[in-house]
Amino acid sequence: MRGNNCGGDALMKKITEISFALDDLRLFLDTHPDCAAALSDFSARMDQRADLIAEYTEKYGPVDSYYPGTDNGWQWNGAPMPWKKEANA
Amino acid sequence: MWGYEKRLQYPVRIKNPDIRAAKIIISQYGGPDGELGASLRYLSQRFAMPDDRVAGLLTDIGTEELAHLEIIGAMLYQLTSGLSVEEIKKEGFDTYFVDHTLGVYPQAAAGVPYTAAFMQSKGDPIADLVEDMAAEQKARVTYDNILNLVDDPDIIDPIRYLREREIVHFQRFGEALGMVRDGLNSKNYYAYNPAFKGK
Repeated sequence: MRGNNCGGDALMKKITEISFALDDLRLFLDTHPDCAAALSDFSARMDQRADLIAEYTEKYGPVDSYYPGTDNGWQWNGAPMPWKKEANA
Repeated sequence: MWGYEKRLQYPVRIKNPDIRAAKIIISQYGGPDGELGASLRYLSQRFAMPDDRVAGLLTDIGTEELAHLEIIGAMLYQLTSGLSVEEIKKEGFDTYFVDHTLGVYPQAAAGVPYTAAFMQSKGDPIADLVEDMAAEQKARVTYDNILNLVDDPDIIDPIRYLREREIVHFQRFGEALGMVRDGLNSKNYYAYNPAFKGK
């Protein structure tokens, strides 16, 4: 679970960083849809992010409401809520 | 339709509760230029936006504003966690406490509850985008003012991040306004509402 894990905080930091890059690029592409460099940046990070989310979900708990991981029961509400300090190490 | 990701867009980790900071930062939760109003403004305006590229931008920025609302909510939660009745009384938080205890409620710093009268959805792409640019500037000033009032680096860090996003959104809305202007009928000299065929 997030907060009292080994490596989970570092992985979440990576997810936060790569997701922010995508959030910023998405808005840029909305007004610059023909920018090939931005599109290629988005595409590369999109795949990296999917791998990081899958790894986090498997090791530490769910991130995405459509991909909560169901092999070990209903984990969706198991990890600390994102507004808690321990979820933001 | 929206999905939810169980993470903050930017981390919030405030070591020391601070009632004075919470009392001013709450304005960016439910105040006149706060994140709730920003999100509702953009997510409402997009329905009447004829240019799909701009409607998409309103969706994406409106969605990001919801993530910012969550960041401010997390700050308020952490700033007020574990307070005693004595601290609440000493810092003048009793007037909030009596109605909301330590619940997070959308209001301005001076106590005015959130109202949709803070925002507009005019059904005119140019009027709406100019409002959006002004809204981003007003939110940026509010963050400037908060930065003048707080000293704790744990508070300053996420506030600086949110301030920077206002500047990026302002830039994107300016570009969107250019896209709408470029798409106007060349006979619409006076830029009458391109989203409504009047008489």
